Amino acid sequence: MKIGNTFFIGLVVGALWAMIYSIVISVLSMLVTGEAIVPDVGNALVGGAAGAGFYLLTPLAKREELWLPVSAVIAFAAFWGMQKITGVNVVATTVQVFTWVGIFLMSAISWHLCFRDMPAGGQGRYQLEVILIRVFKGIGFVFFTIIVALPFYVMLMTSLKSQQSLLANPLDLSINVWQDPKTLFRSYIELFTDYRFGLFLLNSAMVSVATVIITLLFSIPGAYAVSRLKFPGQAVLSRSILLIYMVPAIVLVIPLYAVFSQLGLRNTLIGLIVVYPATTIPVAVYMLQGYFRGLPYELEEAGLMDGLSRLGVILKITLPLSLPAIASVSLYIFMIAWNEFLFAFMFLDDPDIFTLSRGVQSLNSSEIPRQHLMAGAVIATLPVLVLFLWFERFLVAGLTAGSVKG
Amino acid sequence: MALLAALHFLTDNNMNTSTAPKGRGPLGKSEMRLAYSMILPTLLIVLSIVLLPLLANFWISFKPVQLGDLRAPSVIANERIRPAPTAVGDTADVSYRLRNSSQKGAITDIQFKDELPAGLTLAGELDSRCQLQGASLSCDLGDYEPGFRETLKVPVTATQIYIDNPDNPRASKPQIEGTADNILTNNQFTLENFKKVFSADEFWLVLRVSLYYTVFGTIGALVFGLFAAQLLSTTFPGRGVLRGFFLFPYVAPVIAVAFAWVLLLDAGPGGTLNAILLKIGAVDGPVNFLGQRAVPFTVFGFTFKFPVALTTVISFEVWRYFPLSFLFILARMQSMSSETYEAAEIDGATPLQQFWYISLPQLAGILAVLFLLRFIWTFNKFDDIFLLTGGAAGTRTLTVDVYEQAFAVSNLGAGAAVAVVVFVVLLLSALLFFKFSPQDDG
Repeated sequence: MKIGNTFFIGLVVGALWAMIYSIVISVLSMLVTGEAIVPDVGNALVGGAAGAGFYLLTPLAKREELWLPVSAVIAFAAFWGMQKITGVNVVATTVQVFTWVGIFLMSAISWHLCFRDMPAGGQGRYQLEVILIRVFKGIGFVFFTIIVALPFYVMLMTSLKSQQSLLANPLDLSINVWQDPKTLFRSYIELFTDYRFGLFLLNSAMVSVATVIITLLFSIPGAYAVSRLKFPGQAVLSRSILLIYMVPAIVLVIPLYAVFSQLGLRNTLIGLIVVYPATTIPVAVYMLQGYFRGLPYELEEAGLMDGLSRLGVILKITLPLSLPAIASVSLYIFMIAWNEFLFAFMFLDDPDIFTLSRGVQSLNSSEIPRQHLMAGAVIATLPVLVLFLWFERFLVAGLTAGSVKG
Repeated sequence: MALLAALHFLTDNNMNTSTAPKGRGPLGKSEMRLAYSMILPTLLIVLSIVLLPLLANFWISFKPVQLGDLRAPSVIANERIRPAPTAVGDTADVSYRLRNSSQKGAITDIQFKDELPAGLTLAGELDSRCQLQGASLSCDLGDYEPGFRETLKVPVTATQIYIDNPDNPRASKPQIEGTADNILTNNQFTLENFKKVFSADEFWLVLRVSLYYTVFGTIGALVFGLFAAQLLSTTFPGRGVLRGFFLFPYVAPVIAVAFAWVLLLDAGPGGTLNAILLKIGAVDGPVNFLGQRAVPFTVFGFTFKFPVALTTVISFEVWRYFPLSFLFILARMQSMSSETYEAAEIDGATPLQQFWYISLPQLAGILAVLFLLRFIWTFNKFDDIFLLTGGAAGTRTLTVDVYEQAFAVSNLGAGAAVAVVVFVVLLLSALLFFKFSPQDDG
């Protein structure tokens, strides 16, 4: 067995993975179980280097089935030995042992993924770059997963805990799933009984659905005209309608606030239902006209030949064919309206007509326990996330369709 | 979400721009009429809710208007009958206490109308400005100065009808109409708002913070998006799930994720991130991520100040919007042909060379468009910073300043003036971008 640059890179990468996982998995088990798990980074480095070094010295063919688990065991053994030598005295509780097993299992899998087809000998630039990219990608996966998941995890877990236990140990985000559901979900129950979140949910749903319907009523004819009919100004319109989207909402807030105050529209849901569509219609027109252009015009011509009016053509041919586009536009508009904060915050003073965004904002006070705030956040997030996951494939296709060209 | 449409707008050069033929037949004319009638509602709503307010904002920025001025001056009336008649023939006064609700605006040409309670007849001299026809009283009260108040008296005698049925005087409310000068529509203009905005010490700081936030937020979101897109560019099991998961920060309501971050970063007891950092020994004491303006640090003898809160809000911006760039870069990468890569592979190009010389040039177009759009939207962003720090600790951007001036200090005019600055800076950066943007080779 030749030993070359790959072996030494392997030592470094092995140590690196063990370090990353010893921090990540320790913190993770701390958050999940509530037990105080302190990562022992120094000794993990040695363990990782030992395991990865051993792995690299094994023959390629047998790595997957045999040497991968063995390298994990060797890494663990080296780590254990180093703990004895350095005298770090960690009580091996069940959670702690599982954490260690997790650390070295994940490390072993990671170095296997980085080096699975790399012998320990010297490699050229190409192979070294492949290793480098694999390592970076691995770190990327861990990094992005954590930064995306952590805030949502904290949100969910905080909403299920009590203020005292949070202040006592903020790292203990464990929850006892087997307790009485009434105690577990008490924040949610209180929000719905004492803070009228049922009403806010209803208001939000109403405003969002109304926004979607109004937007479609306006944008379908508009998009059809821009994409299918010839009239002076068509090209200018189809290009410029989107510039509307570049106008900052904050510039519109003051005049709309002033005018709506004087018209008595400010502290009403009608006010929101007027403003939201105006901001979403340009986007909807743009998305829909792109889709309409892609439909074969021959179908519409055939309809016209057979004696349908324009309106008949739109209702009987164009609309049924565009249902997927209309559905995905509706979903976007719904999400925009549901998540909107600025206008809801500026316009609504009366708790009877709060939308969820405004309602959650009103929970942000020192008198209201933070688990209530987070429960409110979960209530606001859940419907859009469910909707998004349900239609994800479809939404992503709609969002990026045609926007990028080969 | 608008990115899709905007991208269309900026990258699509296959657009059907063929102009209509010059001569227009009867069919063409009816088509034109139909088109206008279909597009008109859209134009009207966009005009009235977006373009008019935009102009109105310029208008307001030249007016000395406070938040309280939005309530137009009006005459407030309080009606009562004293002394209360108890027997037929008792005399009393129906008196109206009237005042101008505003201390600043006059009301002119005030017309007053009310129904006297049934069973009261006029006894004595009626105010010279008033006329009584049957039971209906109408007065021409002229003009009220700001803060003016008076009492209007109508002497009456009670008849049996009134004694039988003593009417509550408030049953019929007086109808008062007057012309008040509306602060928003009058001819009073001032440059005071702009003077105030530009002379404030913090204005240039606010502008600088805005630019830092926008530039670093935009670049950060692009770089992270590019990185994340590289991760998912090859197929593997679970890729679809991961792609959906990476989009969470963008899809979730800003109110929810902003407050989750606030709790996560809390410097007091109960802040999760500080507890983690303390536990693994990365910091000595809790870091006030959202409340600390800057920490000094020394490199080669030079002391720099690292802006803590600003970095945190920029991180939030990057976190929340990297999914968007990720999504579009990923879609662009999936539309690239694999042949170029195969040829490069045969020629011995290394992975990094392939990325640098093949992928990046093809991504330049979408990156430029994403940069422009994210730049504009980050610059326009208000909710994120407002919810995280409220503009404290050196994170006040122009958009937060608009809110502060208009609603916290209650000076609508000054807020509108800042909003004008926002709009002008935006316009300038867009123009600058179009002048120097790389040409899309896609």
